[in-house]
Amino acid sequence: MADDRDREGTEIAVAEFHKKIKDAFEVFDHESNNTVDVREIGTIIRSLGCCPSEGELHDLIAEVEEEEPTGYIRFEKFLPVMTEVLLERRYRPIPEDTLHRAFEVLDPAKRGFLSKEELIKHMTGEGEPFSQEEMEEMLSAAIDPESNSIHYKDYITMMVIDEN
Amino acid sequence: MGSGTSTQHHFAFQNAEKAFKAAVLIQRWYRRYMARLEMRRHCTWSIFQSIEYAGQQDQVKLHNFFSYLVDHFTPNNHNERDFLNRMFTEERSPQDSEMENCRDYESIEVPDSYTGPRLSFPLLPDHATALVEAFRVKQRLHARYVLNLLYEARKHLVQLPNINRVSTCYSEEITVCGDLHGQLDDLIFIFYKNGLPSPERAYVFNGDFVDRGKDSVEILMVLFAFMLVYPKEFHLNRGNHEDHMVNLRYGFTKEVMHKYKTHGKKILKLLQDVFCWLPLATLVDEKVLILHGGVSDMTDLEFLAKLDRHKIVSTMRCKTRKEDKKQAEEKGKANQTSSAGTPSPWFLPQSHSLPTSPLCPSTQKAHRAGRSSSVPCRVPLDPKELSHWVRHSVDLELEKCRQQAGFPEIKEKEEPLPLASEADPEAEGRREPTQEEWRQVVDILWSDPMAQEGCKANTIRGGGCYFGPNVTERLLQKYNLQFLIRSHECKPEGYEFCHSRKVLTIFSASNYYEVGSNRGAYVKLGPALSPHIVQFQANKATHTLTMRQRISRVGESALRALREKLFAHSSDLLVEFKKRDKDKTALPSSQLYHNQEKQ
Repeated sequence: MADDRDREGTEIAVAEFHKKIKDAFEVFDHESNNTVDVREIGTIIRSLGCCPSEGELHDLIAEVEEEEPTGYIRFEKFLPVMTEVLLERRYRPIPEDTLHRAFEVLDPAKRGFLSKEELIKHMTGEGEPFSQEEMEEMLSAAIDPESNSIHYKDYITMMVIDEN
Repeated sequence: MGSGTSTQHHFAFQNAEKAFKAAVLIQRWYRRYMARLEMRRHCTWSIFQSIEYAGQQDQVKLHNFFSYLVDHFTPNNHNERDFLNRMFTEERSPQDSEMENCRDYESIEVPDSYTGPRLSFPLLPDHATALVEAFRVKQRLHARYVLNLLYEARKHLVQLPNINRVSTCYSEEITVCGDLHGQLDDLIFIFYKNGLPSPERAYVFNGDFVDRGKDSVEILMVLFAFMLVYPKEFHLNRGNHEDHMVNLRYGFTKEVMHKYKTHGKKILKLLQDVFCWLPLATLVDEKVLILHGGVSDMTDLEFLAKLDRHKIVSTMRCKTRKEDKKQAEEKGKANQTSSAGTPSPWFLPQSHSLPTSPLCPSTQKAHRAGRSSSVPCRVPLDPKELSHWVRHSVDLELEKCRQQAGFPEIKEKEEPLPLASEADPEAEGRREPTQEEWRQVVDILWSDPMAQEGCKANTIRGGGCYFGPNVTERLLQKYNLQFLIRSHECKPEGYEFCHSRKVLTIFSASNYYEVGSNRGAYVKLGPALSPHIVQFQANKATHTLTMRQRISRVGESALRALREKLFAHSSDLLVEFKKRDKDKTALPSSQLYHNQEKQ
């Protein structure tokens, strides 16, 4: 009985996920032939609520690509893989306080801010480095021009409000 | 000692690892944030575009419907015929004798209190520059000079061929600009950034100078002024908005009547004629073809070069020469046997398939007939049955329209649509275009490129077609061209290449949908005609907005526009949503809106 309910619950969830995945996929299916450019897959996956790292993203792409990569991803291959990801709740988004702690790691003196240079150094030199474009875009919103620094607590709050 | 250093190293390594992980976390989070913004931007764009094209499609459908009515109404007696004539008589484009009346701008007096620019002809380069400056400081040109300038412009345009041939051996550079749509700021910016027109700096403006923006009049004045001053270096192409019927709906007519209360009608009359005299395309060095919309698989440049472009008053109404009944019947039979459904008018029962065009020449004649707005003769000709069919189909279509968001109320139209008269066909024949002529022009002013091969009717806009890479390739090869430059579609970056860089879309109205929605661009053709794109965004404020702020502004605006449309149909939408949302759960997502719009 409980199993039946569980199964039904999963079925409903799957149906919902299928719809969401299809909708997101269609936005980038410019030729209306159930394929998207592989370079848009990251955007699609992230817009579905997942927050993979670049490395995890590459692994996912490898799963949905053709044996001989064509530069396009077909919906038929994408759907089952993505459904699994959503069902398993993989690559969950990062809670605000975790994000805050991450910034604090980069700010060992606990000043509450990072200088522009420090931010650039970390974001372009470590982890999965930002491209110049990504860096500039982040700076334009994050940096307080007067102090030339990013007060990360406020920054996070602002971004999170924006998202919702 | 040893263990001390290794502990230190271990500690340092741990710290570095922590920092690394922290960086990855932040980057991960940030990339997701940006991806969501990107998704929002795409959805917003779709909303705007759907609303825009739905409006165009709507107008064309309505025109086709009225055309059909007029074509098939058989007056019972000469009283009815007179009535019909009176009701539907459109003032046709002025003949030359009537043109003389337009000279009476000379009788218009300009008061001494007028502080705006004064023009004298022949125009000198300084006058044109002064005009730009005057408009920049928001001055208005007096009606007398407007008419004078239009009159002179017409005189010049009449001498030009349909396909204007331009050579770059005289000027060092040639710049091609796309749609401006009444946005004077963008034109001024282009001249500021790229330089004013001169014998060394040639320009081609690729249509759609008017409608939507608020300074269409001023843009036309500037463009015509430079055209008169530098006739060999300054070129204009006709766009689908250089059309008095389209102007009725999209704002230009209103703008003229508002700015010129006394002489507006006269100005519009003259403009109607001037628009018909605009060249249809420009060919640079016999290699680069510049036209407003696109091409179709039937595009015939030689045919286009020879037709009388002046006869195509509007691409909305196809009042073509009456074929005799026998010809029409033959066409009807041919339609029945031609492959892949032919598009019959939307209000007749068999209209719902999207036709693909047969590319083989044997069905050309039937195909050509099929793609026009005339009606195949399968329809029963008994009047009572006919009116029943029509009424039923109209009801069906209206019902469909009511169920969709995004179709404006027909009541919005303030003025009755002027339709061509049912006059003596002989006299008409001389002054009306043939079906083929009309179709060829519509194709180059309204078509859009698509990614798939082939050529199919452009049902989104309601006119022209979607043409694929093979159509482009065939055309380029047939006429030995390098590539195509066209406009007609707004692009986020102001330009877009497609068909393996054989087609370039160039759009010069920045912030077209909303502040921050898109850049404008123009293209310079360099040595060997290689294209060099320059982008801009006229509003200084947008440079300082971050992408996040830009997208949220545009997104809000799109949702506002959509909300207004939805509100107009709210009761019908509720019915529709209830049908789809059996669980009566929460508000529909933006995706649902998006899908509704697509339909």
